[in-house]
Amino acid sequence: MKYVPLMWAMLWRKKLRTSLTLLSIVIAFLLFGMLQGINAAFQETIERSNVNRLIVTNRIALTESLPYSYLSQIESIPGVAIVSHESWFGPYYQDPKNLIVAFPVEVNREFRAHPEIVLPKQQIDAMEHTRDGAIVGAGLAKKYGWKIGDHIPLHSTIWVKASDGNSAWDFDVVGIYEEPSNRTREDAMFFNYKYFDEARTFGKGTVGWYVVQLRDPGQSAQIAATIDKLFANSPNETKTQTEKEFQQAFLKQIADISLIVTYILFAVFFALLFAVGSTAMQAVREQVPELAVLKTLGFSDTRVLVLVLLQALVLCVVAALLGLATANFLFPLLRDTLGVVKMPLRVIVEGVVMATILAAATGVIPAWRAKRLVIVEALRS
Amino acid sequence: MIKQILAVTAMNLRSLPQRMGTAWVIVIGIAVTVAVMVSVLAMAEGFTKTLKGTARLDRAIVLRDGSEAELASTISRENTQTIMDAPGVRKDGAGRPIASAEVVVIVALPQKKDGVDANVTMRGIGANARALRPEVNLIEGRMFKPAVREIIVGKSAVAQFKGLELGSRIAFRDSEWTVVGIFESGGDAHESELQGDVETVLSAYRRNLFQSVSVMLESPQMFDPFKAALTTDPTLKVSVERETDYYAAQSRNLSKLLNLLAYFVGGIMALGACFGALNTMYTAVSTRTREIATLRAIGFGGLPIVVSVLVESLLLALIGSAIGSAAAWVFFDGNTVNTLGAGFTQVVFHLTVTATLLVSGVFVACTVGMLGGLLPAIRAARLPIASALRAN
Repeated sequence: MKYVPLMWAMLWRKKLRTSLTLLSIVIAFLLFGMLQGINAAFQETIERSNVNRLIVTNRIALTESLPYSYLSQIESIPGVAIVSHESWFGPYYQDPKNLIVAFPVEVNREFRAHPEIVLPKQQIDAMEHTRDGAIVGAGLAKKYGWKIGDHIPLHSTIWVKASDGNSAWDFDVVGIYEEPSNRTREDAMFFNYKYFDEARTFGKGTVGWYVVQLRDPGQSAQIAATIDKLFANSPNETKTQTEKEFQQAFLKQIADISLIVTYILFAVFFALLFAVGSTAMQAVREQVPELAVLKTLGFSDTRVLVLVLLQALVLCVVAALLGLATANFLFPLLRDTLGVVKMPLRVIVEGVVMATILAAATGVIPAWRAKRLVIVEALRS
Repeated sequence: MIKQILAVTAMNLRSLPQRMGTAWVIVIGIAVTVAVMVSVLAMAEGFTKTLKGTARLDRAIVLRDGSEAELASTISRENTQTIMDAPGVRKDGAGRPIASAEVVVIVALPQKKDGVDANVTMRGIGANARALRPEVNLIEGRMFKPAVREIIVGKSAVAQFKGLELGSRIAFRDSEWTVVGIFESGGDAHESELQGDVETVLSAYRRNLFQSVSVMLESPQMFDPFKAALTTDPTLKVSVERETDYYAAQSRNLSKLLNLLAYFVGGIMALGACFGALNTMYTAVSTRTREIATLRAIGFGGLPIVVSVLVESLLLALIGSAIGSAAAWVFFDGNTVNTLGAGFTQVVFHLTVTATLLVSGVFVACTVGMLGGLLPAIRAARLPIASALRAN
């Protein structure tokens, strides 16, 4: 510990250079935090999905519906706790740009199949009694300033009402839910399937997909196979996946996000290696006389090596933490474009590990040079 | 003065090889920034190009009012007839309207790269679709026959998804469909699709609703009368768009996101490259301290010194941008990727590195080079001559 002031003094020997190097590293880790953060946030959504739940879709594609009659058939399979269903509604609020994720559901089923959703009991009751009631996520309610009792007019891009041939659907907000285990999922909306099914012009008596809550997650593969077998060779064959597989496949359809992030970060760190490495070399070259003096005073070769390595380590880790802190601060700005809420903690850990690797990679050659320094020659230069 | 500038700059550049170790920092920093930016922009460019593709001003697409994309739209059989008979629609030799009432369904097919199912568009097209889209050319096999379960497949779809080769059979909707032809379509979004006869697709999916009607107009000017006729018809609730506008809207969101990513990431990387460049140039100036002081002492002005430093940093920046652009070009130009488009179906497109993108890369490089060189250049010009001469 007593060498900390010494190391600090050596590090700041050339203030301008150290500050500029520090800033380059800060910038690199700012990018690392943002990009890896986005990647990790998506992964986290997948990992947190309930292993206890299966998603049953039409074999042909997610957009093809399934008959409502499947509900009781799936429910009678042993090991199934409760079956719920959702359909794609595709609405927007005021402007087609404000797309909303909304599902017509049966309230008594949907919230029992999703125990992670936090919602007061009386709001569920209110929903059952309000034909055009809607339960909105806390994030969504905040975004548009909706509160309980508000009347919200939405436009569906898919569904037309039979009564007037219009795609305008009106709802009354009767509840606001929270999902503390995954705040990114607080941007959805649920409303009554009955209201939806009675009013729509086509597709009556069908649902988008089924959500099956199991009693024992260990049985998921077996029950999934049972469900698919049950409807094999019927006009609507099914494809049953765990919620995790389902979400993974969906994200993969958009793009291989982690591959793109890896490419970019690889490029960033490649450039950073050069920038930091070159300044570390320069610094050691300039410190030659001082290092020689230290050795004369009795510092062992190893101690000098450690001293130089520690300089690199302190610089990289401090800069990385600054960069990651900035990324953490800026991260919530991405919510509207990407739907991510918080930078996962593990990104910070990964960042510090990366910083250590960077320090080792850039510090090892200068440190070795410092260790091999011969006092007499060094002092003469 | 100009002679002085040339002399000092030339002398400086000749000594550049001695400083190569630190000079690489600028070159690589900028190369990487430019490569990342150009590649991401190339993705946006390729996506937009594919969706704009072969869109024509004299073609219009009709959807149900309020639908943003075909998949969400529904149009009844009698309405499709009204639309195709509307004024302004071009007629073929036999007097039939050049138009196609179409249905779009999704087929889940595994992607070649990871085997994960993706939503692929299967389009049922009308009898006159070939006249409507002359850009569609069969490159292998033959056209599908009506009333049998045969399809033709776009060449991008064949490249990206499994099991679409000529002659292969795809099972869906309790039936098997045979791939009888492979087509190209000028690199547009249709190349990511499967196409079959509309009536066969409708019956296989047990539907009786169409989703869109595309028509060829007599001329681009006929769009307004055509639109007016449809939107004032009380039996129709449709929106009418020129094909060019429709596809531009389809590509808007993703290209906006990609552009944002490119400029956000590129901007941050450029800032980082700036710090690297500043560091390098300050070092360069400090190793040249004595040389600069000597020049000043024998009567050279400050400006030639400033220019010589700036030229060095700009030159290194340009080398960097050339390397970066070349890397983006070599590794990514023409790369095929697919993503979920606005219509919830896969669009296959190719990364396209255009000259405009390369120019914007050079622009970024010059900015970074300028910013990185300016402060060190000013410092160089302001060196106190007497003490600088004494520097070791």
